[in-house]
Amino acid sequence: MTAPVRLAVDLIACDGRGLCAELLPELITLDDWGYPLLSGRAVPAALRGEASAAVQFCPRLALRLEAGAAGRTSGSG
Amino acid sequence: MSRLLPGDYADRTLAGHLARHGNRPACADPRQRGELIDEVERAGLTGRGGAAFPTAVKLRALAAAWPVPVVIANGVEGEPASDKDKVLLAVAPHLVLDGAVGAAELTGAREVVMVVHHAVREIVDHAVAERRMAGTDPVPVRVMTAADTFIAGEASAVVHWVERGVAAPTGRPPRLGGSGKRLGGSGKHRPGPALVQNVETLAHLALILRHGAAWFRSVGSPGEPGSMLITMAGAVHRPGVYEIETGTPVGALIELAGGAAAPPGALGALLIGGYFGTWAEAAAALPLPFSSAGLAPVGASPGAGVMAVLPRTACGLAETARITRYLARSSAGQCGPCVFGLDAIAGQLERLAAGGACDLTLVHRWLGQVRGACRHPDGTALMVASALRVFGAEADLHARGWCSEARP
Repeated sequence: MTAPVRLAVDLIACDGRGLCAELLPELITLDDWGYPLLSGRAVPAALRGEASAAVQFCPRLALRLEAGAAGRTSGSG
Repeated sequence: MSRLLPGDYADRTLAGHLARHGNRPACADPRQRGELIDEVERAGLTGRGGAAFPTAVKLRALAAAWPVPVVIANGVEGEPASDKDKVLLAVAPHLVLDGAVGAAELTGAREVVMVVHHAVREIVDHAVAERRMAGTDPVPVRVMTAADTFIAGEASAVVHWVERGVAAPTGRPPRLGGSGKRLGGSGKHRPGPALVQNVETLAHLALILRHGAAWFRSVGSPGEPGSMLITMAGAVHRPGVYEIETGTPVGALIELAGGAAAPPGALGALLIGGYFGTWAEAAAALPLPFSSAGLAPVGASPGAGVMAVLPRTACGLAETARITRYLARSSAGQCGPCVFGLDAIAGQLERLAAGGACDLTLVHRWLGQVRGACRHPDGTALMVASALRVFGAEADLHARGWCSEARP
Protein backbone atom coordinates (compact mmCIF):
# COMPACT_ATOMS: atom_id res chain seq x y z
CA MET A 1 0.00 0.00 0.00
CA THR A 2 1.52 3.27 -1.10
CA ALA A 3 1.11 6.56 0.76
CA PRO A 4 -1.99 8.53 -0.22
CA VAL A 5 -1.54 11.40 -2.66
CA ARG A 6 -3.88 14.13 -3.79
CA LEU A 7 -3.99 16.59 -6.64
CA ALA A 8 -3.20 20.27 -6.20
CA VAL A 9 -3.19 23.12 -8.69
CA ASP A 10 -1.25 26.37 -8.71
CA LEU A 11 -4.00 28.74 -9.82
CA ILE A 12 -1.50 31.51 -10.54
CA ALA A 13 0.19 29.30 -13.14
CA CYS A 14 -3.05 27.69 -14.40
CA ASP A 15 -4.44 29.16 -17.60
CA GLY A 16 -7.56 27.02 -17.87
CA ARG A 17 -6.42 24.95 -20.84
CA GLY A 18 -8.53 22.08 -19.52
CA LEU A 19 -6.29 19.18 -20.53
CA CYS A 20 -6.31 17.80 -16.99
CA ALA A 21 -10.08 17.49 -16.95
CA GLU A 22 -9.98 15.57 -20.21
CA LEU A 23 -7.34 13.17 -18.96
CA LEU A 24 -8.81 12.67 -15.50
CA PRO A 25 -12.54 13.47 -15.52
CA GLU A 26 -13.01 11.18 -12.51
CA LEU A 27 -11.20 13.66 -10.25
CA ILE A 28 -11.13 16.94 -12.17
CA THR A 29 -14.06 18.96 -13.49
CA LEU A 30 -14.05 22.48 -14.86
CA ASP A 31 -15.73 25.50 -13.32
CA ASP A 32 -17.84 27.95 -15.32
CA TRP A 33 -14.72 29.68 -16.60
CA GLY A 34 -12.79 26.56 -17.54
CA TYR A 35 -10.52 26.27 -14.53
CA PRO A 36 -10.07 22.92 -12.79
CA LEU A 37 -12.11 21.98 -9.74
CA LEU A 38 -10.30 19.16 -7.98
CA SER A 39 -11.92 16.41 -6.03
CA GLY A 40 -10.45 16.77 -2.57
CA ARG A 41 -10.18 13.02 -2.02
CA ALA A 42 -7.02 10.96 -2.28
CA VAL A 43 -6.20 9.69 -5.75
CA PRO A 44 -7.38 6.04 -5.87
CA ALA A 45 -4.71 3.50 -6.74
CA ALA A 46 -6.49 2.66 -10.00
CA LEU A 47 -6.17 6.27 -11.17
CA ARG A 48 -2.54 6.87 -10.21
CA GLY A 49 -1.40 6.44 -13.80
CA GLU A 50 -3.96 8.86 -15.21
CA ALA A 51 -3.19 11.35 -12.45
CA SER A 52 0.52 11.22 -13.23
CA ALA A 53 -0.27 11.75 -16.91
CA ALA A 54 -2.45 14.75 -16.14
CA VAL A 55 0.36 16.26 -14.09
CA GLN A 56 2.97 15.50 -16.72
CA PHE A 57 0.97 16.88 -19.64
CA CYS A 58 -0.28 20.11 -18.01
CA PRO A 59 0.96 22.71 -20.50
CA ARG A 60 1.36 25.27 -17.72
CA LEU A 61 3.03 22.88 -15.26
CA ALA A 62 0.35 24.01 -12.79
CA LEU A 63 -0.89 20.60 -11.65
CA ARG A 64 0.96 18.45 -9.14
CA LEU A 65 0.54 15.50 -6.83
CA GLU A 66 1.24 15.99 -3.16
CA ALA A 67 1.31 13.71 -0.18
CA GLY A 68 -1.80 13.60 1.98
CA ALA A 69 -5.26 12.14 1.83
CA ALA A 70 -7.50 15.15 2.34
CA GLY A 71 -7.41 18.79 1.41
CA ARG A 72 -9.26 21.74 -0.01
CA THR A 73 -11.08 20.96 -3.19
CA SER A 74 -9.73 24.13 -4.73
CA GLY A 75 -6.07 23.34 -4.07
CA SER A 76 -4.49 26.72 -3.66
CA GLY A 77 -1.00 25.77 -4.69
CA MET B 1 -9.59 52.56 26.78
CA SER B 2 -6.23 54.09 25.85
CA ARG B 3 -3.38 51.64 25.83
CA LEU B 4 -2.23 52.11 22.26
CA LEU B 5 -3.71 55.49 21.48
CA PRO B 6 -2.55 58.27 23.77
CA GLY B 7 -5.31 60.45 25.19
CA ASP B 8 -3.84 63.54 23.60
CA TYR B 9 -2.58 63.30 20.08
CA ALA B 10 0.17 65.86 20.59
CA ASP B 11 3.45 64.20 21.48
CA ARG B 12 4.54 61.45 19.16
CA THR B 13 8.25 62.17 19.55
CA LEU B 14 10.62 59.63 21.04
CA ALA B 15 10.82 61.76 24.20
CA GLY B 16 7.04 61.81 24.53
CA HIS B 17 6.88 58.07 23.92
CA LEU B 18 9.51 57.35 26.58
CA ALA B 19 7.79 59.64 29.06
CA ARG B 20 4.55 57.75 28.55
CA HIS B 21 5.78 54.16 28.30
CA GLY B 22 9.34 54.11 29.64
CA ASN B 23 12.26 52.34 28.02
CA ARG B 24 11.79 49.26 25.90
CA PRO B 25 12.97 46.26 27.93
CA ALA B 26 15.70 44.32 26.14
CA CYS B 27 14.70 40.79 25.21
CA ALA B 28 17.63 39.58 23.14
CA ASP B 29 19.10 37.27 25.78
CA PRO B 30 18.72 33.82 24.20
CA ARG B 31 18.06 32.26 27.60
CA GLN B 32 15.13 34.63 28.16
CA ARG B 33 13.60 34.46 24.69
CA GLY B 34 11.66 31.27 25.27
CA GLU B 35 10.29 32.58 28.54
CA LEU B 36 9.22 35.87 26.97
CA ILE B 37 7.49 34.08 24.10
CA ASP B 38 5.70 31.94 26.72
CA GLU B 39 4.59 35.19 28.33
CA VAL B 40 3.19 36.39 24.97
CA GLU B 41 1.33 33.08 24.75
CA ARG B 42 -0.11 33.50 28.25
CA ALA B 43 -1.21 37.00 27.24
CA GLY B 44 -3.28 35.42 24.46
CA LEU B 45 -2.27 38.02 21.88
CA THR B 46 -3.60 37.29 18.40
CA GLY B 47 -2.89 38.96 15.07
CA ARG B 48 -4.83 42.19 14.62
CA GLY B 49 -4.60 42.23 10.83
CA GLY B 50 -7.77 40.17 10.51
CA ALA B 51 -6.73 36.53 10.76
CA ALA B 52 -6.39 36.49 14.59
CA PHE B 53 -3.56 33.95 14.48
CA PRO B 54 -1.80 33.43 17.86
CA THR B 55 1.28 35.66 17.83
CA ALA B 56 3.32 33.43 20.15
CA VAL B 57 3.04 30.49 17.73
CA LYS B 58 4.56 32.57 14.94
CA LEU B 59 7.28 33.98 17.20
CA ARG B 60 8.24 30.53 18.46
CA ALA B 61 8.40 29.03 14.96
CA LEU B 62 10.49 31.90 13.61
CA ALA B 63 12.80 31.89 16.64
CA ALA B 64 13.69 28.30 15.73
CA ALA B 65 14.14 29.08 12.03
CA TRP B 66 17.41 29.17 10.18
CA PRO B 67 18.66 31.34 8.54
CA VAL B 68 17.51 33.99 10.96
CA PRO B 69 14.35 35.74 9.86
CA VAL B 70 13.49 39.29 8.87
CA VAL B 71 10.67 41.05 10.72
CA ILE B 72 8.19 42.78 8.44
CA ALA B 73 5.78 45.18 10.12
CA ASN B 74 2.63 45.20 8.03
CA GLY B 75 1.17 48.71 7.99
CA VAL B 76 -0.19 48.47 4.47
CA GLU B 77 -3.89 48.73 5.41
CA GLY B 78 -5.20 48.53 1.87
CA GLU B 79 -8.80 48.12 3.02
CA PRO B 80 -10.57 51.42 2.28
CA ALA B 81 -12.94 51.08 5.25
CA SER B 82 -10.12 50.69 7.76
CA ASP B 83 -8.00 53.47 9.23
CA LYS B 84 -6.71 52.00 12.48
CA ASP B 85 -3.18 51.10 11.32
CA LYS B 86 -2.67 54.55 9.79
CA VAL B 87 -3.94 56.27 12.93
CA LEU B 88 -1.78 54.07 15.17
CA LEU B 89 1.33 54.78 13.10
CA ALA B 90 0.49 58.47 13.07
CA VAL B 91 0.01 58.88 16.82
CA ALA B 92 2.21 56.14 18.30
CA PRO B 93 4.90 55.19 15.77
CA HIS B 94 7.42 54.41 18.50
CA LEU B 95 5.16 51.85 20.14
CA VAL B 96 4.94 49.96 16.85
CA LEU B 97 8.70 50.27 16.36
CA ASP B 98 9.30 48.99 19.91
CA GLY B 99 7.18 45.95 19.09
CA ALA B 100 8.91 45.34 15.77
CA VAL B 101 12.35 45.58 17.34
CA GLY B 102 11.18 43.40 20.24
CA ALA B 103 9.92 40.79 17.75
CA ALA B 104 13.32 40.93 16.03
CA GLU B 105 15.07 40.29 19.35
CA LEU B 106 12.69 37.47 20.27
CA THR B 107 13.25 35.71 16.94
CA GLY B 108 16.90 36.62 16.45
CA ALA B 109 16.05 38.57 13.30
CA ARG B 110 18.74 40.86 11.95
CA GLU B 111 16.53 43.45 10.30
CA VAL B 112 13.15 45.14 10.61
CA VAL B 113 11.28 46.33 7.53
CA MET B 114 8.38 48.69 8.13
CA VAL B 115 5.94 48.57 5.19
CA VAL B 116 3.57 51.47 5.74
CA HIS B 117 0.77 53.32 4.00
CA HIS B 118 2.00 56.38 2.14
CA ALA B 119 -0.14 58.64 4.31
CA VAL B 120 2.12 57.99 7.32
CA ARG B 121 5.47 57.43 5.61
CA GLU B 122 6.99 60.74 6.75
CA ILE B 123 5.94 60.21 10.36
CA VAL B 124 7.48 56.74 10.45
CA ASP B 125 10.64 57.98 8.72
CA HIS B 126 10.94 60.70 11.32
CA ALA B 127 10.45 58.26 14.19
CA VAL B 128 13.09 55.90 12.78
CA ALA B 129 15.53 58.81 12.38
CA GLU B 130 14.94 59.83 16.01
CA ARG B 131 15.73 56.32 17.17
CA ARG B 132 18.84 56.14 15.01
CA MET B 133 20.08 59.39 16.54
CA ALA B 134 19.37 58.09 20.04
CA GLY B 135 20.85 54.69 19.25
CA THR B 136 17.90 52.83 20.77
CA ASP B 137 17.66 49.86 18.43
CA PRO B 138 19.99 46.88 18.19
CA VAL B 139 18.84 46.00 14.65
CA PRO B 140 18.62 48.17 11.54
CA VAL B 141 15.12 49.42 10.69
CA ARG B 142 14.18 50.11 7.10
CA VAL B 143 10.99 51.88 5.97
CA MET B 144 9.15 51.17 2.73
CA THR B 145 6.02 52.80 1.33
CA ALA B 146 3.36 50.16 0.65
CA ALA B 147 1.75 49.74 -2.73
CA ASP B 148 -1.57 51.59 -2.67
CA THR B 149 -3.83 48.67 -3.51
CA PHE B 150 -6.32 46.55 -1.57
CA ILE B 151 -4.42 43.30 -2.07
CA ALA B 152 -1.02 44.75 -1.08
CA GLY B 153 -1.60 44.00 2.60
CA GLU B 154 -2.03 40.22 2.14
CA ALA B 155 0.91 38.62 3.99
CA SER B 156 2.55 36.93 1.02
CA ALA B 157 2.01 40.06 -1.09
CA VAL B 158 3.85 42.12 1.54
CA VAL B 159 6.83 39.77 1.35
CA HIS B 160 6.68 39.84 -2.45
CA TRP B 161 6.67 43.65 -2.32
CA VAL B 162 9.68 43.80 0.02
CA GLU B 163 11.57 41.25 -2.00
CA ARG B 164 10.76 42.24 -5.58
CA GLY B 165 8.53 45.28 -5.61
CA VAL B 166 5.51 43.25 -6.73
CA ALA B 167 2.46 43.70 -4.50
CA ALA B 168 0.74 40.46 -5.49
CA PRO B 169 0.16 37.29 -3.45
CA THR B 170 2.54 34.48 -4.30
CA GLY B 171 0.31 31.53 -3.59
CA ARG B 172 2.72 30.39 -0.91
CA PRO B 173 0.86 31.19 2.28
CA PRO B 174 2.90 31.87 5.42
CA ARG B 175 4.52 28.62 6.39
CA LEU B 176 5.95 28.43 9.82
CA GLY B 177 9.49 27.54 10.62
CA GLY B 178 12.55 27.24 8.42
CA SER B 179 10.53 26.31 5.36
CA GLY B 180 8.80 29.70 5.51
CA LYS B 181 8.88 32.59 3.13
CA ARG B 182 12.22 33.24 1.57
CA LEU B 183 13.64 36.67 1.23
CA GLY B 184 16.57 36.79 -1.07
CA GLY B 185 18.00 37.02 -4.50
CA SER B 186 18.56 40.75 -4.26
CA GLY B 187 21.99 40.37 -2.74
CA LYS B 188 20.87 42.56 0.11
CA HIS B 189 19.49 39.69 2.12
CA ARG B 190 20.57 36.18 2.64
CA PRO B 191 17.53 34.03 2.00
CA GLY B 192 15.56 33.56 5.18
CA PRO B 193 12.03 33.32 6.47
CA ALA B 194 10.00 36.42 7.26
CA LEU B 195 7.86 37.20 10.28
CA VAL B 196 4.99 39.33 8.98
CA GLN B 197 2.99 40.99 11.74
CA ASN B 198 0.33 43.67 11.63
CA VAL B 199 1.50 46.95 13.18
CA GLU B 200 -1.23 46.91 15.85
CA THR B 201 -0.15 43.42 16.91
CA LEU B 202 3.40 44.72 17.30
CA ALA B 203 2.22 47.65 19.43
CA HIS B 204 0.42 45.21 21.76
CA LEU B 205 3.57 43.08 21.82
CA ALA B 206 5.60 46.11 22.90
CA LEU B 207 3.26 46.62 25.86
CA ILE B 208 3.18 42.92 26.82
CA LEU B 209 7.00 42.89 26.90
CA ARG B 210 6.80 45.86 29.28
CA HIS B 211 3.89 44.94 31.51
CA GLY B 212 3.39 41.19 31.17
CA ALA B 213 0.55 38.82 30.36
CA ALA B 214 -1.56 39.46 33.47
CA TRP B 215 -1.67 43.16 32.69
CA PHE B 216 -2.68 42.49 29.07
CA ARG B 217 -5.43 40.09 30.15
CA SER B 218 -6.81 42.47 32.75
CA VAL B 219 -9.18 43.93 30.16
CA GLY B 220 -11.29 42.39 27.43
CA SER B 221 -13.02 39.04 27.20
CA PRO B 222 -11.11 36.13 28.79
CA GLY B 223 -11.12 34.06 25.61
CA GLU B 224 -9.78 36.87 23.41
CA PRO B 225 -8.21 39.27 25.89
CA GLY B 226 -6.79 42.76 25.65
CA SER B 227 -7.78 45.86 23.80
CA MET B 228 -8.17 46.36 20.07
CA LEU B 229 -8.44 49.18 17.60
CA ILE B 230 -11.61 49.51 15.58
CA THR B 231 -12.67 51.72 12.71
CA MET B 232 -16.28 52.89 12.90
CA ALA B 233 -17.73 53.89 9.54
CA GLY B 234 -21.07 54.68 7.93
CA ALA B 235 -24.09 56.12 9.72
CA VAL B 236 -22.53 57.14 13.04
CA HIS B 237 -22.05 60.71 14.23
CA ARG B 238 -18.31 60.45 14.88
CA PRO B 239 -16.80 57.91 12.48
CA GLY B 240 -13.18 57.12 13.14
CA VAL B 241 -10.74 54.96 15.05
CA TYR B 242 -11.37 53.90 18.63
CA GLU B 243 -9.63 51.62 21.09
CA ILE B 244 -11.95 49.23 22.89
CA GLU B 245 -11.79 46.26 25.21
CA THR B 246 -12.43 43.09 23.23
CA GLY B 247 -15.93 41.87 23.86
CA THR B 248 -17.48 45.33 24.18
CA PRO B 249 -21.10 45.06 22.99
CA VAL B 250 -21.68 46.17 19.42
CA GLY B 251 -24.30 48.67 20.56
CA ALA B 252 -21.77 50.30 22.90
CA LEU B 253 -19.35 50.71 19.97
CA ILE B 254 -21.98 52.68 18.09
CA GLU B 255 -22.52 54.87 21.17
CA LEU B 256 -18.75 55.35 21.42
CA ALA B 257 -18.81 56.67 17.86
CA GLY B 258 -21.39 59.29 18.78
CA GLY B 259 -24.46 57.14 18.26
CA ALA B 260 -26.26 56.15 15.11
CA ALA B 261 -26.89 58.86 12.56
CA ALA B 262 -30.36 57.49 11.98
CA PRO B 263 -33.71 57.76 13.76
CA PRO B 264 -34.24 55.32 16.66
CA GLY B 265 -34.95 51.83 15.39
CA ALA B 266 -33.90 52.77 11.89
CA LEU B 267 -30.61 50.90 11.88
CA GLY B 268 -30.76 48.38 9.09
CA ALA B 269 -27.63 46.29 9.04
CA LEU B 270 -24.00 46.25 10.07
CA LEU B 271 -21.03 45.18 7.99
CA ILE B 272 -18.78 43.64 10.64
CA GLY B 273 -15.12 42.98 9.88
CA GLY B 274 -14.71 45.11 6.79
CA TYR B 275 -14.99 44.29 3.08
CA PHE B 276 -14.25 40.63 3.80
CA GLY B 277 -16.63 40.81 6.72
CA THR B 278 -20.18 39.71 7.38
CA TRP B 279 -23.45 41.57 7.03
CA ALA B 280 -25.69 41.19 10.07
CA GLU B 281 -29.12 42.50 11.04
CA ALA B 282 -28.50 45.44 13.35
CA ALA B 283 -31.14 44.29 15.83
CA ALA B 284 -29.51 40.85 16.14
CA ALA B 285 -25.96 42.16 16.40
CA LEU B 286 -26.34 45.14 18.79
CA PRO B 287 -26.31 43.16 22.06
CA LEU B 288 -23.45 40.83 21.00
CA PRO B 289 -19.89 41.18 22.34
CA PHE B 290 -17.39 42.35 19.72
CA SER B 291 -15.19 39.22 19.66
CA SER B 292 -14.99 36.09 17.53
CA ALA B 293 -16.93 34.02 20.06
CA GLY B 294 -19.38 36.84 20.78
CA LEU B 295 -20.23 37.52 17.13
CA ALA B 296 -20.57 33.84 16.20
CA PRO B 297 -24.41 33.88 16.50
CA VAL B 298 -24.57 36.20 13.47
CA GLY B 299 -21.74 34.38 11.70
CA ALA B 300 -19.38 37.35 12.01
CA SER B 301 -15.97 38.00 13.54
CA PRO B 302 -14.09 41.23 14.27
CA GLY B 303 -11.64 40.75 11.40
CA ALA B 304 -9.43 43.82 11.25
CA GLY B 305 -11.87 45.70 13.48
CA VAL B 306 -14.00 47.50 10.93
CA MET B 307 -17.68 48.12 11.51
CA ALA B 308 -19.84 49.96 9.01
CA VAL B 309 -23.34 51.02 10.00
CA LEU B 310 -26.07 51.01 7.37
CA PRO B 311 -29.32 52.86 8.11
CA ARG B 312 -32.62 51.30 7.09
CA THR B 313 -33.05 54.09 4.55
CA ALA B 314 -30.04 52.89 2.55
CA CYS B 315 -30.08 49.93 0.20
CA GLY B 316 -27.88 47.09 1.41
CA LEU B 317 -27.89 45.50 -2.01
CA ALA B 318 -26.56 48.63 -3.66
CA GLU B 319 -23.84 48.86 -1.02
CA THR B 320 -22.98 45.19 -1.48
CA ALA B 321 -22.82 45.57 -5.27
CA ARG B 322 -20.51 48.57 -4.88
CA ILE B 323 -18.17 46.73 -2.51
CA THR B 324 -18.19 43.58 -4.64
CA ARG B 325 -17.28 45.57 -7.74
CA TYR B 326 -14.46 47.22 -5.82
CA LEU B 327 -13.17 43.82 -4.68
CA ALA B 328 -13.46 42.39 -8.20
CA ARG B 329 -11.39 45.29 -9.51
CA SER B 330 -8.92 44.73 -6.65
CA SER B 331 -8.09 41.18 -7.70
CA ALA B 332 -4.38 40.83 -8.32
CA GLY B 333 -5.42 39.34 -11.66
CA GLN B 334 -3.36 36.20 -11.27
CA CYS B 335 -5.95 33.45 -10.79
CA GLY B 336 -8.68 32.89 -13.39
CA PRO B 337 -11.51 31.91 -11.05
CA CYS B 338 -10.95 35.12 -9.04
CA VAL B 339 -10.66 37.38 -12.11
CA PHE B 340 -13.71 35.98 -13.92
CA GLY B 341 -15.72 34.83 -10.91
CA LEU B 342 -15.71 38.07 -8.91
CA ASP B 343 -16.44 40.07 -12.05
CA ALA B 344 -19.40 37.83 -12.86
CA ILE B 345 -20.76 37.99 -9.31
CA ALA B 346 -20.37 41.77 -9.19
CA GLY B 347 -22.21 42.05 -12.52
CA GLN B 348 -25.18 40.06 -11.23
CA LEU B 349 -25.29 42.05 -7.98
CA GLU B 350 -25.22 45.33 -9.89
CA ARG B 351 -28.21 44.17 -11.91
CA LEU B 352 -29.98 43.09 -8.72
CA ALA B 353 -29.24 46.45 -7.07
CA ALA B 354 -30.52 48.33 -10.11
CA GLY B 355 -33.74 46.31 -10.22
CA GLY B 356 -32.81 44.31 -13.31
CA ALA B 357 -33.06 40.59 -13.88
CA CYS B 358 -30.61 38.66 -11.76
CA ASP B 359 -30.07 34.92 -11.42
CA LEU B 360 -29.42 34.33 -7.73
CA THR B 361 -29.07 30.58 -8.25
CA LEU B 362 -26.16 31.33 -10.56
CA VAL B 363 -24.65 33.74 -8.02
CA HIS B 364 -24.77 31.05 -5.33
CA ARG B 365 -23.16 28.57 -7.73
CA TRP B 366 -20.35 31.03 -8.44
CA LEU B 367 -19.87 31.80 -4.75
CA GLY B 368 -18.97 28.13 -4.37
CA GLN B 369 -16.56 28.19 -7.30
CA VAL B 370 -14.42 31.29 -6.78
CA ARG B 371 -11.01 30.48 -5.34
CA GLY B 372 -7.40 31.34 -5.84
CA ALA B 373 -3.90 31.43 -4.46
CA CYS B 374 -4.95 33.76 -1.63
CA ARG B 375 -8.11 34.39 0.38
CA HIS B 376 -9.28 37.39 -1.68
CA PRO B 377 -12.01 35.50 -3.58
CA ASP B 378 -13.01 33.48 -0.50
CA GLY B 379 -13.35 36.61 1.63
CA THR B 380 -15.42 38.32 -1.05
CA ALA B 381 -17.69 35.28 -1.40
CA LEU B 382 -18.36 35.13 2.34
CA MET B 383 -19.32 38.81 2.41
CA VAL B 384 -21.67 38.40 -0.58
CA ALA B 385 -23.24 35.25 0.89
CA SER B 386 -23.99 37.11 4.13
CA ALA B 387 -25.54 39.98 2.14
CA LEU B 388 -27.85 37.59 0.31
CA ARG B 389 -28.95 36.16 3.69
CA VAL B 390 -29.49 39.50 5.42
CA PHE B 391 -30.95 41.42 2.46
CA GLY B 392 -33.16 38.58 1.21
CA ALA B 393 -36.32 40.63 1.75
CA GLU B 394 -34.73 43.56 -0.06
CA ALA B 395 -33.90 41.26 -2.99
CA ASP B 396 -37.57 40.30 -3.19
CA LEU B 397 -38.50 43.99 -3.22
CA HIS B 398 -36.02 44.59 -6.02
CA ALA B 399 -37.46 41.70 -8.00
CA ARG B 400 -40.81 43.52 -7.87
CA GLY B 401 -39.27 46.81 -8.96
CA TRP B 402 -39.01 48.37 -5.51
CA CYS B 403 -36.16 49.41 -3.28
CA SER B 404 -36.31 50.45 0.37
CA GLU B 405 -33.97 53.35 -0.36
CA ALA B 406 -36.51 54.78 -2.80
CA ARG B 407 -39.51 54.34 -0.53
CA PRO B 408 -40.84 57.52 1.07
